[in-house]
Amino acid sequence: MTTTFGSYGGRYVPETLIPALDELTAGWEAAKADDSFRAELHALLTSYAGRPTPLTRVERFAPGKRIYLKREDLLHTGAHKLNNALGQAVLARRLRKRRIVAETGAGQHGVATATVCARFGFDCVVYMGAEDMRRQKPNVERMHLLGAEVRAVEFGTKTLKEATSEAIRDWITNVETTHYMIGSCVGPAPYPEIVRDLQRVIGDEAREQLLAAEGRLPEAVVACVGGGSNAIGMFYGFVDDAEVRLVGVEAAGAASLGTGRPAVLHGARSSVLADDDGQIADAHSISAGLDYPGVGPEHAALRDAGRAQYVPCTDDEALDAFHRLTRTEGIIPALESSHALARALDLDAAYVAVCLSGRGDKDLEEVLARS
Amino acid sequence: MTKLVIYLVCEPETPELAEAAVDGGADLVELGIPFSDPLAEGPTIRLASERALARGMRTKECLECVAHTRDRVDVPLVPMTYAAILEAYGHERFVDDARAAGATSFIVVDLPVEEHREVPRVQLVAPTSTDERIALCAESTDGWLYLVSLTGTTGARDEVSPALAGLVERTRGITQLPLYAGFGISTPAHAAAVAELADGVVVGSRAVQVAEEGPAALRDYVASLRSAIDAAARV
Repeated sequence: MTTTFGSYGGRYVPETLIPALDELTAGWEAAKADDSFRAELHALLTSYAGRPTPLTRVERFAPGKRIYLKREDLLHTGAHKLNNALGQAVLARRLRKRRIVAETGAGQHGVATATVCARFGFDCVVYMGAEDMRRQKPNVERMHLLGAEVRAVEFGTKTLKEATSEAIRDWITNVETTHYMIGSCVGPAPYPEIVRDLQRVIGDEAREQLLAAEGRLPEAVVACVGGGSNAIGMFYGFVDDAEVRLVGVEAAGAASLGTGRPAVLHGARSSVLADDDGQIADAHSISAGLDYPGVGPEHAALRDAGRAQYVPCTDDEALDAFHRLTRTEGIIPALESSHALARALDLDAAYVAVCLSGRGDKDLEEVLARS
Repeated sequence: MTKLVIYLVCEPETPELAEAAVDGGADLVELGIPFSDPLAEGPTIRLASERALARGMRTKECLECVAHTRDRVDVPLVPMTYAAILEAYGHERFVDDARAAGATSFIVVDLPVEEHREVPRVQLVAPTSTDERIALCAESTDGWLYLVSLTGTTGARDEVSPALAGLVERTRGITQLPLYAGFGISTPAHAAAVAELADGVVVGSRAVQVAEEGPAALRDYVASLRSAIDAAARV
């Protein structure tokens, strides 16, 4: 397979989609080279989304350490997902696609997609597992308010894996009118690169802000990894700084990089929770956004190259970090981001940057049920 | 004569069902090796795949199913599966073991034509395929081209796709190879209509549904497709 990231990546999709991926690749290359595309996206990110997001030092959360949070929770819609959705919306308009289909797990990408579709006047269909609709109800209601159609996926584990499969099947069926607005750095090429390029604004900003705050780069950068889009965006600001450790934190029950194997899922070869026969295994996490058996192929390549390390975090550890940040700093983090917070606390490094990828309003019901 | 291709998912009953399909007039049987996340499948084959996996039909058991089917029928047998299965099993090992079990060729739904050329296989082309890609698929396909008659996933539809005629015409302008059309073909009337355009008719989802009623029902259903196709050919 002609892959993008070492032996990972590729375009494992039915022939029906190959011409659309070719068109997307050409459209993305043209957009990146076009000053007007970059200017429009920059204007949207600053005047609509609220970039740059601030950097916050959390001394009460981590006494004796210098932990800084990159505040993607303060981005419009409450998570980093909007960086990608805005970029893909401008791209979709260039490709003359006015119907958008997306998958969502925690609902943050679904909300970001519904938001940009409202802003651009696109039709919007979001696939979401029925189990995730239950545990992330506020985001379902937000998507409805924004004018999106949310289609419940009732089979399999009823979570992000099946929602992604159904979104791709919709795209196969409606490919001539529809742009698939994938939410993470997963899927067939060129999606992992597009999403990375659109999310690296997180890491690029954080690097500048950390240098301004401390006069030097952090010892480590930490981010949670489900599909891995906030992590790849955060890491890319530092990937060429060999002295900065890159630490991805996976849900212990969905550790595609920690316990997975090379396999093919959703159009790419990556590190996946799968059995000897290549059948995909079920993931388990309290956090809907991390409850996914696959991961972006570039993370698998960064792991194999030894450039990034990936560590697990249990549901209970994430919940403890969720409560700790809330009580010590007055910041309610998303359960996804709480995994990164937990590992940042016990990391053997004093100066650490954490991507706080989203806010936790959506998780209140789930957290209160466990308290 | 127009060929009739019947798709069945590998399950313990499949050898007997395949024999019934051949008795009913099938010229070739596709044997689906189930994958947990099959992107090209509609609900019928997805559910059948889930059921087969729940019954333990992993790659090894499916290859045994191919061998047991080969014991019963002489028609070409074509395992149809997804890239993930070959990735895990090893591409060359899969080809060797499936050939030893009696497989004639292969279909790998999500393996683009450029990749893993060591796996000889029937290539699929779709209404969205460019002429350049159709030519590329024709060059590397194994014996015939599989025309995906519609832009979408597998599953029964009310009508034969209006996109098929154009795809056949375009492909005939590029290659002399036999063209078999599939996706969305479920009734004798559909099969007759497709027989007037293509050299072969592939029936999947509806055959999988009828197969649940047993070999006799499947044989009768396949026979009804066969006679509709043959009647269309005589006109």
